[in-house]
Amino acid sequence: MKDVSLPASLLDEIRAHGRETYPDECCGFLIGGASGSEVEGRRSVLALERARNEFDGERRRRFLIRPEEVRDVERRAEAQGRSVVGFYHSHPDHPARPSQFDQEHAWPWYTYIVVSVTRTESPSVGAFELDPETATFRPVNLRVDDASETTGAVTGG
Amino acid sequence: MPKATVKVPTPLRPFAGGASEIALEGSTVGGLIRSLAESNPSLQRHLFTPDGRLRNFVTIYLNDQDVRYLERESTPLKDGDVVSIVPAVAGGAPSPLGRTVRESHAGKDEAHPRSSDRFSTEELRRYSRHLLLPEVGVAGQRKLRRAKVLLIGAGGLGAPASLYLAAAGVGELGLVDFDAVDLSNLQRQVLYTTQDVGRPKLVAAKERIEALNPGTRVVTHEQRLSSENALEILKPYDIVVDGTDNFPTRYLVNDAAVLLHKPSVYGSVYRFEGQVSVFDARHGPCYRCLYPEPPPPDLVPSCAEAGVLGVLPGLIGLLQATETVKLILGQGEPLIGRLLLFDALGLTFRELKVRKNPHCVLCSPHATQKGLIDYPAFCGVPAPGAATADDHVPHVEPEALRDELASAEPPFLVDVREPGEWTIAHLPGAHLIPKRELPDRVDELTRASKLVLYCRSGVRSAEAARFLLDLGFANVRSLHGGLNAWSQRVDPSVPQY
Repeated sequence: MKDVSLPASLLDEIRAHGRETYPDECCGFLIGGASGSEVEGRRSVLALERARNEFDGERRRRFLIRPEEVRDVERRAEAQGRSVVGFYHSHPDHPARPSQFDQEHAWPWYTYIVVSVTRTESPSVGAFELDPETATFRPVNLRVDDASETTGAVTGG
Repeated sequence: MPKATVKVPTPLRPFAGGASEIALEGSTVGGLIRSLAESNPSLQRHLFTPDGRLRNFVTIYLNDQDVRYLERESTPLKDGDVVSIVPAVAGGAPSPLGRTVRESHAGKDEAHPRSSDRFSTEELRRYSRHLLLPEVGVAGQRKLRRAKVLLIGAGGLGAPASLYLAAAGVGELGLVDFDAVDLSNLQRQVLYTTQDVGRPKLVAAKERIEALNPGTRVVTHEQRLSSENALEILKPYDIVVDGTDNFPTRYLVNDAAVLLHKPSVYGSVYRFEGQVSVFDARHGPCYRCLYPEPPPPDLVPSCAEAGVLGVLPGLIGLLQATETVKLILGQGEPLIGRLLLFDALGLTFRELKVRKNPHCVLCSPHATQKGLIDYPAFCGVPAPGAATADDHVPHVEPEALRDELASAEPPFLVDVREPGEWTIAHLPGAHLIPKRELPDRVDELTRASKLVLYCRSGVRSAEAARFLLDLGFANVRSLHGGLNAWSQRVDPSVPQY
């Protein structure tokens, strides 16, 4: 199972983002080190970037990040010697498990972090990636680090 | 065949031998992507569906343009083109929240699936009076839900417009404002309550609108619209509703809307009169065709200076909301090419035809202006936050003026406001000479050895002081911060307005 580490402060930010957009889904980018710098099987999330949920309709249970935004954020990350390594989104009032819809629209290689959010709290979190052979999600091992040596998250939008 | 470069996104590189760029030959974008998949078979399933169509959420760019806005897969290539595969990312929670009605949706864009094709039973009840109208119906209600409307200004016009647009079921409302709610706003800005005084307008507005219709997403832009941010802020929206209260921003909104090919629903109010129109340079005139040049800055006071009948922006704002809903539905005759003038005192509506100016600098075939400009300079007013006349004339602080007035040689006090403002409150011993009458009444001041001018906030008195100094008056000062500062710092019994 792949190891993905996420500083606790960033998990808090994902949850805060989910609470802000509740009852709509929130979504955003996971930013890691430079492209190609990852040690096999290990990935560290260094920062986040919020995305705008552009889904044209029921945003309580859907999100869409437009390609323009993916392109912009990739370019910004690359300019800082980093890269987009995945995405996070919230499931308002639903468990932190990928849905069929998530799976159908997933890309390989990226890490997908899902947080469950209710009106008052965000109780659970899960991380997944697409198995390119079977085109189904498999869990990855999410380590939430309490150490706060990572530099502050980039949030915007 | 032309040679082009394909940029492979990070997630697909493992399936393309780790390469980030691959040089290939192809005559069209589609042909190039297909030959990429043929030479890297494991890419096939990530790019194409089993029946051979490009997958959802695979977006192809030719150089810097999304090919969906060109000729899609048939877009021709030339030597040196760069074709990028860019992921759009989607997902969502597992199950629908309520029972839904599925509508047929022939012709929907597969790359952007819309769950807005469904309405919950609750939504069907909420919008039932719309659904009964053949001109709206489920299809029209769906258009409303897909619509993104940006309101510039959450004040007198934006307040009623935003409430009714949310009630009507507009899916996304953007609000641009940076003010806090002031007690004097409540006379007309019905978005806010007495408890909201002092709160940021957008925080209060978002709460109120979402309470009215949780189905409307409120996006807040808590900043001053400027030439630097306007295009970016306006870009995601379908329609702009102009509820600004000043000329620099009004020209800025018009120009940005024209440059982005978006309709702008214009409204303005002054005392007892209002104006409404729809500017859409693709189908008619723009604001510059109507008013190529702004009026001199002194000629048109704002609501804060001239006053406005409270119900008037309500009426004009709702006419703007009506036009916005019509544009979204594609129903009726929009106010394009027509300027509606409303006079509350006579209760009359008049309509003027506005033609497209064949020499408009912005929207005519001979346009010379291709981008946004410096609007405060264009309108002859100081830029927000820049030095004002107030900074360049001698002024006196309220506390110092109090002491001078109590001294043996008090200055001669001139109130340069309008008579109506004088009635609200004035300083004892002051002489009323409204600023606009000053040039004709200068001789009333020639015997005074030292003058102090004041107004409501210090802007008009500074301008009047500058005028007198230029005429050769030696000892002229302006009360810094005006009567409002006097009320805050010297005498709270003087009302602020």
